[in-house]
Formats: sequence, C-alpha cells, structure tokens
Amino acid sequence: MTAPALPVPAADVVGKATKRKAYNRDNQRSAALTIVMWLAALYFVLPLLWLFIASTKNNSDLFSTFGLWFGNSFNLFTNIVDVFTVQDGIYARWAINTVLYAGTSAVGATLLATMAGYAFAKYRFPGGKLLFSITLGAIMIPLTALTIPTYLLFSQAGITNTPWAVIVPSLVSPFGVFLMRVYAADAIPDSLIEAARMDGASEVRIFWQVGLRLLGPGIITVLLFSLVATWNNYFLPLIMLNSGELLPLTVGLAQQQATSAAGGGAQALFSTVITGSFISIIPLIIAFLYLQRYWQTGLATGGVKG
Amino acid sequence: MSNQIQRKQYLAAYGFVVPFFIVFIAMLVVPLIFSGYLSFFVDRIIGGVSFVGFENYIRAFTDPAFLAGLGRTALILVIQVPIMLALALAFALALDSGRVRGSNILRLLIFVPYAVPGVVATLMWGYLYGGEFGLIAQMARGLGLPAPDLLSNETILFSIMNIVTWAFVGYNMVIIYSALKSIPAELYEAAEIDGASQWRVAWSVKIPAVRPAIMLTVIFSVIGSFQIFNEPSLLQPLAPTAINQSYTPNFYAYNLAFVNQDVNYAAAIAFLLGFIIMIVSYVVQLSTQRKERTA
Repeated sequence: MTAPALPVPAADVVGKATKRKAYNRDNQRSAALTIVMWLAALYFVLPLLWLFIASTKNNSDLFSTFGLWFGNSFNLFTNIVDVFTVQDGIYARWAINTVLYAGTSAVGATLLATMAGYAFAKYRFPGGKLLFSITLGAIMIPLTALTIPTYLLFSQAGITNTPWAVIVPSLVSPFGVFLMRVYAADAIPDSLIEAARMDGASEVRIFWQVGLRLLGPGIITVLLFSLVATWNNYFLPLIMLNSGELLPLTVGLAQQQATSAAGGGAQALFSTVITGSFISIIPLIIAFLYLQRYWQTGLATGGVKG
Repeated sequence: MSNQIQRKQYLAAYGFVVPFFIVFIAMLVVPLIFSGYLSFFVDRIIGGVSFVGFENYIRAFTDPAFLAGLGRTALILVIQVPIMLALALAFALALDSGRVRGSNILRLLIFVPYAVPGVVATLMWGYLYGGEFGLIAQMARGLGLPAPDLLSNETILFSIMNIVTWAFVGYNMVIIYSALKSIPAELYEAAEIDGASQWRVAWSVKIPAVRPAIMLTVIFSVIGSFQIFNEPSLLQPLAPTAINQSYTPNFYAYNLAFVNQDVNYAAAIAFLLGFIIMIVSYVVQLSTQRKERTA
C-alpha cells in the first residue's frame, strides 16, 4: 500500500494534554487495559526487534538459531562492513541518492504547498475557490495510476533514468496544500497582515517574514510527511530508473534481495540485505522521534473542520 | 479597498498559487489526459497503432485476470480495512482515556511501523513468513505444531493484509488520536460527572466528534488498497505460484506496460483504476453524509 502523503491536522496535543491532566485527577489507571495495550504493542515491535537481532547474525546463525535471540557470534559490525563494501560499496551510493531525492522533493513540495495554502487562506481572489476545490478533488487521484503515463511522457522527453524523473513528480502534494490552508487560516491573524501592509511591507515580504514564522509547526509536518512519502517510495523509482548507481535504497535493497533469493553462490547476501534494511529505517525513525514535539503540535488546529 | 491595492493583492495571490499549479498541471493533469488518450488506441504487430474507441475498456471488463485482481482488492476493502481502522480507533480511544500506563511510549511504538518503508516491511515479513528461518515457523515448531505455510495460494492474501495492517494501524491511530485531543474537554466532563461510563462517553461523545477524522482514514485506506503494489511485487519471488502477474490491479498495470509492452491496455487499466477509486471514495463520503443528516 502506498502511504498517503499527510495526516489530518488536529488539536494542539501538547497544550491540551497538560490542561487535561489537571482535570483527570485521580484518574484510575486500568491494569487490564494497560496489559492489553502493551501486548498489542508487541505485534508492532517484535518484527523490528527480529530485524535488529537478525542483523547481528551471520548466515549460518540466521538459519540455525531462534529468531528472537542472539546467535552464537555477534556479527553486527561485520555485517555493517559488508553492507558498505558489497558491490564496491553501492549501498552508500543508494543512501546518498535517497537523501538527495527525498530531501529535494520534500523541500520543494513543502515550499509549493505552503505558498499555495497561504494564498488560499489569506487572500480572496477570482477563481480562488474553484482552484482550491480542484486541489481538494485531486487528493483522490491515485498517484500510482499516473506513474505509467508520466513515464511514457518522460521517456519521450528523454529524462527517464535521471534524478529529475523521481524528484519532479514528487513535488505535487495536494494534501499538503489543504493542510497548509487549514493551518494558515488559524495561525496567521488577518490583523497582523493588515498591520504589515500599513507599514508598507510588500506582499512577498509579509509572506516571508510574517507568514513563514507563524507557520513553523505546519511546515515541519508537511516536510516530514513528504519526506517519508519520497523516502519510502518504491513504485516511481522502480519505473523511472534503471542504472544501478542512480537507485534509491528501496529499489536497491529489493534488487539485492532478489539476487540473494535466487540463491546459489549469492546466499551470503541474506545477512547483508537484512542489515542493510535495518540501517535504512534508522534515519526516519530518529527523525520522527526527534521531531515528535513539532509534528504532534503541527497536526494542530482545525482538522476537525477537515 | 481601492482598485489598485486590490489588483496588487490579486497579483500576489496568483503569484503564490502559480508555482504549485504549474507542477500540478504538468505532473497530474497532463499525465491524466495522456493516459486517457492512450487508452483509446491499440498497437498491433500488423497494422500498427490505430484508434479503437472503448475497446480497451470493454476488454478490461471481460478480462478475468483484471477482474480477479479487482476482486482481491474488494476482499481487502471489506476485511482488512475495517480491521485496521477498528484497531486504530480502539487504540486511539484507549490512549486518550488516560487509563493506560506509558501511553506516550505506546503511541510511538504503535506508530513506528509507518516510518518503515513498504519495501523493508515486505522483505521483513517475507522472511518472517518463510519456512527456512522464518520466526513464525520457528515458533510453531517450538510449540510442537506443524509450521503454517503463509505463502500458499490460500493464505498469501491474508499475509499481505497483515503487512498492510502492521504498517498503517499506527498512522491511522495518530490521525484519530489528534482529533480526539482536540475535543473540548467540557463536552464529556459533564457526562463523566453524571456518571456515564467510559464506554458510553467514547460511543456517544468521542466517536461522533471525531467522525471527520475517521472519514479521512477511510478515504485514504480506500485509495491505498487500490494501489497495492509493493507487497505482490516483492513477495512474488517467494510465492511464485500464489502470486500471478495480475494479482492486484496496480501490479497488473505495471506488468502490462513493462513486461508485456502493452502500453495502451495498461493506460486503460490505470485510468479505470483512478475512476473506480474516485467513485468508491465518493460513495463512501455520500453515505456518511446521509447518515449525518438523518442523525
């Protein structure tokens, strides 16, 4: 399943939580509910724990020892070295490509969505309502259904198998526009814009100096979720790229896995693919944990109106 | 407002909107139209490319491979999506009730799979399902049970549903949870003081209040279900007999275009898929709007 690009905006989680704690007083914790929830959490965590433990094993331990406990030898560091040296260290190349494609797409998509969302929220202009409705309607167009025709157009223009073929289609985020419009409507008071106008600031300057400052958490939310959408995308780069050194991690790992599953002499790759997969998920998990205060507040304001 | 100032503001607004719409038209509208255009042609070995009207669409509706893929998607829609969203809603309500110890950590743990790329999730579950060093087979053997074959013709669809559920419960939970947090506390404090049980508060106050958020998760799940590609594509080498090249409509369109080189038929399938998604999403929205009106 392809991840939808963005979540719905909603309440100021941090602020509300503290306010409510005061009321929730001697709120009886429920032991039964706590146990059920922690058992449920195992379902989500155990596969990842398995992935970590498996990446500390060599191939023979992988096949001969229990999956949720360490093997006879601790091979994590050997495996990491393997990941970065197999096929002349192409993994590092894939990692750089992933950062480059996801970073450029996310920054671009967020900038476009922020400008458009700001304009829809803070200006009344002819055609504005119509354009916004069109954007809303486009949220429902499945992007993967557009990928094949986009590939055909790109191949006629001769830009398949270049980074642009992956980056440009990822710049469109109708849901990002929707989220920024909802966020901007609440976060930027009209009076502030009027005051800036009185002072003679140009519209562009008002956007850069007043708008962007107040849109911070909304921008981080859109940025983070566009980053995930591109970082995790498999279908688009699979279709657009065919040179090994242009691939992102998703397609590269899938190809390595296909080679090792095809078996024969390439068997040694299993632990390399597993360790490579494990390394590839660390940056996004850290980003989500590190930025949680921002994106949880950024899911702020008025999603209930959505 | 004087005309000149108004004109300046219009100009600014268009200036902000235009960059988005340039990319929007180039990457969304043009491919959509091109896809529709292609779908009206056929490329035959003898005779070359010719206009055939709706022939590709008629072919699709009588193509057992396409219809079977669509049928699998329908099964996912009626089995997997309700389970996933029910779990997401239940978790969100439990965490919001304030009765669970460690709810902040729990929320992150349940959400974490969303940050895992679909490719890695599928590879990982593929290993877990597998007979060789698969964890599930190991556990079954440890309990003295026969190892289940999770990659057989009968089980593979459920194995795929499990991967999707694992990846997206947390994402949907966070959407619903954020909406729950935005309900003004006064709305249910009164009910709580009146002695209404947590169940009653959840059912009569909280769930109705977060209906728009739930709606959004339904629509996103519908769109996502029709686009399933990674799972069949990556599990096919592990389960070559269970997963054919038309296992899901999106996987079929890909194989038609890049394996069979039948670009026109692939375009028709892609266009049709988009159309079906729009209709299903629209029907879902309409049916809930009606419910709201009668409520």
